[in-house]
Amino acid sequence: MSGRLIAPGRARAPALVLDEPLSLWGGLDPATGRVIELRHPQHGATVSGRVLVLPAARGSSSSASVLAEAVRAGTAPAAIVLGEPDLILALGAAVAEELYGIQIPILVLPANDLAAIRDGAAVDIGSEGVSAV
Amino acid sequence: MRLVVRAADVLEAERLIPIRAAHVDSCLYHGQATLDFVDRLVDGGAAVRVPTTLNVGAVDLLHPELWRGDPDLAERGRLLMERYRALGCRPTYTCAPYQLAESRPGLGDQVAWGESNAIVFANSVLGARTNRYGDFLDIAAAVVGLVPDAGLHRTEERRARLVIRLGNDVPPALLDDDGLYPVLGIVVGRVAGGRVAALDGLPPGVTEDRLKALGAAAASSGAVALLHVIGSTPEAPTLAAALQDADPVDERTVDMATLRAVRAELGGEGEGRIVAVSLGTPHASAAELTHIAGLLGGQRVGDEVELLISTARDTLAQVEATGVAERLRRAGAELLVDTCSYIAPILRAPRGPVMTDSGKWAYYAPGNIGAQVVLGSLAECVASAVAGHVVRDASWGTA
Repeated sequence: MSGRLIAPGRARAPALVLDEPLSLWGGLDPATGRVIELRHPQHGATVSGRVLVLPAARGSSSSASVLAEAVRAGTAPAAIVLGEPDLILALGAAVAEELYGIQIPILVLPANDLAAIRDGAAVDIGSEGVSAV
Repeated sequence: MRLVVRAADVLEAERLIPIRAAHVDSCLYHGQATLDFVDRLVDGGAAVRVPTTLNVGAVDLLHPELWRGDPDLAERGRLLMERYRALGCRPTYTCAPYQLAESRPGLGDQVAWGESNAIVFANSVLGARTNRYGDFLDIAAAVVGLVPDAGLHRTEERRARLVIRLGNDVPPALLDDDGLYPVLGIVVGRVAGGRVAALDGLPPGVTEDRLKALGAAAASSGAVALLHVIGSTPEAPTLAAALQDADPVDERTVDMATLRAVRAELGGEGEGRIVAVSLGTPHASAAELTHIAGLLGGQRVGDEVELLISTARDTLAQVEATGVAERLRRAGAELLVDTCSYIAPILRAPRGPVMTDSGKWAYYAPGNIGAQVVLGSLAECVASAVAGHVVRDASWGTA
C-alpha cells in the first residue's frame, strides 16, 4: 500500500491500532507514553516505540507540543499512521526533528488500507512505501 | 520559515500570503520541549515581524500567590511566558485578545491566531481571516509574517456548508437569557464538527459577550473555526450571504429536547451546595465585570464559597480605573489574570462542586482539574455565590 508522508522518516515497529480518534493533548501522557483519555477504548495502552495507527487526530493544537515532548522524553511512537492529514501532528514532528534530530514519520493512508492494519502487525514505513505483515 | 513551509505542504497550499497580526498560544507550558523550542528561536535572534499578542500562560504573573501547585512547574510556566516577550510579543496573556481595542483585526484582515475561542471570534464576529493556528505554527507565522494561502484565508472556504436552525419550540424568553448561549454552543460544535456552519433563528444583533460564549463552547465540543450567526456576524447579514448564494450541503435543527439534554449533561440541572464559582472563561470583558459588580450590589460572597473571575491584565487595569475592581474585591471576589482556573492550580477546592457560566469551562474542567461542574447563567452564578448553594431562576422553566 502507499500513502502520503506529511512528516518524513522511516520506521519498522509493531502496530498499535486505536479504534477511535485521539487528542494527544489530554489523551497521551508524554512522561509515560500511555493513553490517558478515560473514555478511549485503548485507555492504558503504551504508544512508545509502536506504529500508532488511528483514524484521525482531534482536539487541541497543543497536541503538537505533547508529541514533541514525548519525543524528547523518549516515549513517542516510532511512527504515526492516520486516515486523514493532520497539520497539528505534522508540526509536532517537524519541531521534534528540528530540536532533537529525531524523525517520527507520519503517513496518511486511504481508509481501507488503514483498516487492513491489524494490531500488533509489523509495519514498515520506508522509501518503498508502507507494508504491514 | 521551515515550519510555515511544512504547513503549506501539508495543506497543499500553492503560495504564502502576508498577515497583519498574530495571536500566539505557544506560551502555555506543555513540557520541556516547549521551552526548548522558544529557546531555539530566541538564541537564533528571531523576532516577530507583525504585532503579536500572547495567549494565557500557566501562571498569573501579577498575582503569583494565587498558585497552589508545584512551585517548580510555576517557575517553568513563568519562564516560558517571559521568553515569548523576548521575541517581541506583547505580554497580553489573554484568551480574549479581541477585547483589547488595539488587537482587534477588521473585516477581511488576514491574521494568524491561536486559541480556539479567539479563532472562532476573529473569523465569525470580526470577519477577520485565520485558520486554526496553534502551538509552534502561530509563533513561526508571526516571525515570518506569512501563512499558507489555504482554508479560511480564502473567500470560498468561508462559505457555510451546514445550516443549523433553532427549533420553533425554543421559547423567545430563553433567547434573551445568557444561559442559552454556552449550551447552544456545545450543541453547535457537536453538530458542526470542523465544518463552517450558519446558525439561523437567533434575534439579530446578538451581543459580543453572548457570541463569545457561544463560539467558545462550539470550539470546545467541535473543531469550529467559523460560525456565521445570521443577522449578527458581518459575513452573514442574510442566510444567502453566509451560503455565498449556494445551497447548503447539510441542514439540522436544534430543538428544545436537545438543548435540555446537553444542559443537563454539562451540569445545568445541578443543585445544592457549591464551594466555588468560576467566571471569566473566556476572559471577562470590562462590560461583564461591571455587570457582575452590579449583580452583586452590596452583597458579599458566601463565607464557604470562592468566587474567582478570570480576565485580562489590560481589562483589569481598565476596571481598576473605574472602581469596578475594588467593588468586586470588597464583595469577596478574587480577580485572576494571565491564566485560567481550569489550566492552573488556583481554586482552593477544585473538585467542587464548582459553578460556572461557561460552556468551555464546563467542558474541560472535569478532565483537567477533576472538577464537578454546575452550569448556570451569569445571574444564577452570582446569586449562588452569595447564597452558598445553587440558585436557579425560571429561564429554562421546568422540564
